[in-house]
Amino acid sequence: MRRLIIAAVAAALVAASCSRSTESSVTVVAHDFFAVSQDVLDQFTNETGIEVTILLGGDAGLIVNQAVLTAGNPVGDLLFGVDTTLLSRALDADVFDPYVSPVGGVVPPEYRADGVTAIDVGDVCINYDPAAFDPGVPPPATLADLTDPRYAGMLVVEDPSISSPGLAFLLSTIVEFGDEGAYTWRDYWADLRANGVVVAPDWGTAYYGRFSGAGGDLPMVVSYSTSPDAEVAFADPPITSPTTAVMTDGCFRQVEYAGVLRGAAHPQAARAFIDFMLGLPFQQDVPGQMFVYPVRPDAVLPDWFGAPPITPNRLDPAVIEANRDRWVAEWLDVVLR
Amino acid sequence: MTRRTTLALGAFPAAFLALFFVWPVASIIATGLVRGGFAAVGRVLGDGHLAGVVWFTVWQAAVSTILTIVVALPATWVLSRFDVPGRSLMRAATTIPFVMPTVVVATAFLALLGPTGLLGVDLQGTVWIVLAAHVFFNLAVVVRLVGGVWAHLDPRLEDAGRSLGASPWSVFHRVTLPLLRPALAAAASIVFLFSLTSFGTVLILGSPRLATVEVEIYRRSALLLDLPAASILAILQMIGVIGALIAYSRYQERHSVEQALRPAGETARRPRSRREWSLVVGILGATGAFVAGPLGILVWRSFTVTGGFGLDAYRALANGEVVSVGTAAGNSIGFAMAATLLALAVGMPAAVLVAAKRGRLSRWFDTLLMLPLGTSAVTIGFGFVVALDWPVDLRASIILVPIAHALVAAPFVFRSALPVLRTIRGSLRDAAATLGAGPGRVWREVDLPIVARVGAVGAAFAFAVSLGEFGATLFLARPGSPTIPIAIYRFLGRPGALNLGRATALSVVLMIITAAAVGVVERLRPPGPGLF
Repeated sequence: MRRLIIAAVAAALVAASCSRSTESSVTVVAHDFFAVSQDVLDQFTNETGIEVTILLGGDAGLIVNQAVLTAGNPVGDLLFGVDTTLLSRALDADVFDPYVSPVGGVVPPEYRADGVTAIDVGDVCINYDPAAFDPGVPPPATLADLTDPRYAGMLVVEDPSISSPGLAFLLSTIVEFGDEGAYTWRDYWADLRANGVVVAPDWGTAYYGRFSGAGGDLPMVVSYSTSPDAEVAFADPPITSPTTAVMTDGCFRQVEYAGVLRGAAHPQAARAFIDFMLGLPFQQDVPGQMFVYPVRPDAVLPDWFGAPPITPNRLDPAVIEANRDRWVAEWLDVVLR
Repeated sequence: MTRRTTLALGAFPAAFLALFFVWPVASIIATGLVRGGFAAVGRVLGDGHLAGVVWFTVWQAAVSTILTIVVALPATWVLSRFDVPGRSLMRAATTIPFVMPTVVVATAFLALLGPTGLLGVDLQGTVWIVLAAHVFFNLAVVVRLVGGVWAHLDPRLEDAGRSLGASPWSVFHRVTLPLLRPALAAAASIVFLFSLTSFGTVLILGSPRLATVEVEIYRRSALLLDLPAASILAILQMIGVIGALIAYSRYQERHSVEQALRPAGETARRPRSRREWSLVVGILGATGAFVAGPLGILVWRSFTVTGGFGLDAYRALANGEVVSVGTAAGNSIGFAMAATLLALAVGMPAAVLVAAKRGRLSRWFDTLLMLPLGTSAVTIGFGFVVALDWPVDLRASIILVPIAHALVAAPFVFRSALPVLRTIRGSLRDAAATLGAGPGRVWREVDLPIVARVGAVGAAFAFAVSLGEFGATLFLARPGSPTIPIAIYRFLGRPGALNLGRATALSVVLMIITAAAVGVVERLRPPGPGLF
């Protein structure tokens, strides 16, 4: 038996080392929520002759950390899923081999970043369940409304030290209320705490566990601007219009980037795949697969997909990187301790 | 045992652990320390909250262990000593919680004891719900490890005690308990390590204020990338685990008693009196309700998640969008088979070796084998990523999945075998030798039948561990399609009632596969008279 296992391991070792030497392949490293239709991938392989292997590993934070740990000696050829909150960390660690795609002109200037290519954008927003509010109480319209005692104990947020949407929402409040002044984001969160904000560890626990729009008990949750549309797309029996809604104030925009990993075994193929991700077939596949917006304004959206909020909050990745740890530590002190 | 035999037995386990545990974990910790320097040590140890986290981690693990044993022991007694209908079904049922992904079980616990809980009390964020979940998860460890010995204790020992006038309690206390002590200690050590490194349960049920060291390691590694702090916490965790293991190992050596084990069929009997029947039925009923509660919630939800009562969730799961359920099940079973073989190849020779040899070296080997159970999944996962690129780059290879599973499963194989192997009477071997059998023959005739049987117990465990493994798998860069627990995680990360439905339906599929697989593996145990 043991000999059999040794033989199997040896065979796998050989197989693992061989797969690296062929030039006609590319390995994409992405987070577990990356998805693309098989026919779109086949289209890429048919056009270029390049076979695509996709490696998935945890959430965005984990894959970026893996990439930082293996900078210069990467596990795959390109990384997809570095978002606004993590981009500077990856750039500082020299994770990427800078690449400017020749078709990069389709990306709106506001989303361009050095060395990496923006692929999609999404907004982290408060979702609410209109049916859960008393007739006399209108749903809140702004972040500031949330400290109103009428909304006491109604909101669940994710812990920003663990959850990516949780961090995005914290950043949104920092943009909104500022880091200094008479009333800072810390004061705002102290008021939220006094108003009974509930903290959940991750998106799934907050959304499926507590949000009344998904079977829980609280009328408001930090989620994505596209969640109500997804509720329509994934309903059975089918429904025609969303039963939950998005508060358009205080959204935070996250851009997801792809980049060629420094030291990649197949840098050419990786570049070709990034160009392909900017093409319309991939871009128009994004909403249905990942519930975010394609970065190209000319991509046609599915008809069940609503329009994004008009003015989301944004923050420079470098500013996030310089302050994130301090902000999160301060948040823990204000809200949990 | 000759030097050559020792080497032959020890070589594969030692090489496996060196390559896939010691080297990766040492690499990632070294990376963290080099990056952070001494400043990081001061920063982490100076954090006022850390002492609280460490204290909570240790005491909740100790209390979880004691509670698990107290809750599991009556059921273990009934399942191993009585021949009652539904016994094997019940034994399989207690294994299911052990395999269920923590995310799924945690949501079931919230449905019972959470903010909108069916039982009407909100225990979310308190230690009570965390302890209850730990007992629920670890019940199987006690039932299996202790039951594995209890079912084979010679009933004549207890009968003798009773006929000498001892009360049932005093027979248990003075005859049975001392004989069970090694197995109890083995089970306790595993439950303690599992609770000590508990992550998903504490995160979901104990948040936001309760955190174990494991949760802190994740917090620092996931979004903050404070690797130096994570490394220091990992070292801290490991020191605690090694301390506990060495204490355990000394205890084990001192308290194993040689005894003649009897076949389980011979020791189990029908309850004799009406009182005994009601006791047996009561214990099975109470334990059954405790296990069935959260599991029943999951099954119920899988039928009702999309509104009315129906199979919508299963239909949505079957359409294969996002993840094909057949592939995920195939992956899980395939990985579990590979991981079980690996875990047996590591755990069994190691157990034979450690059982035969005493002394410091053997104790260290024992500790090393158990250490992966007490090491955070993040540390192991990131360790693979930084260390396994040489001489061949294995970091993106699919074989890392069964290897990671085997690391967690091997301690179960080892721990289920060791207490039994230590009880083999030296006199049996001597008798065989006197009758002219060579050392090889003695081993074949005396030890092997026993080894084969405990191997089956260990294999069932390893299979179950692999089916449910989530933590270490999540941190690997995995090619191809996911295992069932990873698929559940992916569904739970997407909005829409149907995705929640798919996650719950897939959890039920996992339950069924687990029960079936564990049943099959147990039936594979080699036939023959043997010693027990």
